[in-house]
Amino acid sequence: MKVRILVSFKDSVLDPQGQTVKNALHTLGYAAVKDVRQGKVFELDLAGISRAEADRLVPEMAGKVLANPIIEKFTWQIVEE
Amino acid sequence: MKFGVVVFPGSNCDADTLYAFREVMGQPAVSLWHKDHDLAGVDCVVLPGGFSYGDYLRSGAIARFSPLMRDVREFADKGGLVLGICNGFQVLLELGLLPGAMLRNKHLKFLCRPVTLRVENDRTRFTRRARKERLLSIPIAHFDGNYYAPPETLREIEDRGQVAFRYVDADGRATPEANVNGSLNNIAGLVNARGNVLGMMPHPERAAERLLGSEDGRVIFESMISTL
Repeated sequence: MKVRILVSFKDSVLDPQGQTVKNALHTLGYAAVKDVRQGKVFELDLAGISRAEADRLVPEMAGKVLANPIIEKFTWQIVEE
Repeated sequence: MKFGVVVFPGSNCDADTLYAFREVMGQPAVSLWHKDHDLAGVDCVVLPGGFSYGDYLRSGAIARFSPLMRDVREFADKGGLVLGICNGFQVLLELGLLPGAMLRNKHLKFLCRPVTLRVENDRTRFTRRARKERLLSIPIAHFDGNYYAPPETLREIEDRGQVAFRYVDADGRATPEANVNGSLNNIAGLVNARGNVLGMMPHPERAAERLLGSEDGRVIFESMISTL
């Protein structure tokens, strides 16, 4: 089973890298860009576990290691059964 | 006072820190390997600067799971003295021994230069030999030193006097311009509520001898030694 986890800054946290990317896009004339938030993508290949176990393990791993809950939030999805 | 400097893969200030304690301060100091479960009977644990695990994932995020960190947490919980410098500060934040987190510097630049710090609290075990509001010139060298804490945490930190040092200008004013990396409230270093753990982004070991351009970092080591 493959899962994809997306980690990004919480809305309340300033994202200086996203701001810089936004400014670059504006400089290139993409005026429609209102905001940019930069994040990280993790793809985990999980073996020998059930869907229910994934439901428990993935948020646990994301909250404990992949994201720092003080500044970041995460979402995840199964991309391959 | 016996100091122990923890070495992670990617630490690069451990030798300088050992040198500062041994040669400059004349104290016994040993290096502690992160994979061990042995604090070697030290009176103070120091997490040095560097790039533990290449700063992969987040600065300090992997190092916090090193076996020795469990011993360091127990040591701190018992009131043992713990100092985290630069990457060591980031590890302490990830470990939860200090509140908050680090973001990338506001201008997205790696900053390596002397900064002026103001001593905010002279009653901690790390600052008791420095008068309050004394200015210290100590260098920084980091990419992720932009201190962040949620508003309610920040209020608690300030109310309890946990801020040890702030970035200030030459006149001692905590201005936005002096706030080199964008840290909330110009915070450069803070202690835990109990006062036995200090994290700071500037490198006192790089300001411990006149030859290095500043001896201002010594007052932190002298304060620590004076508490034993």
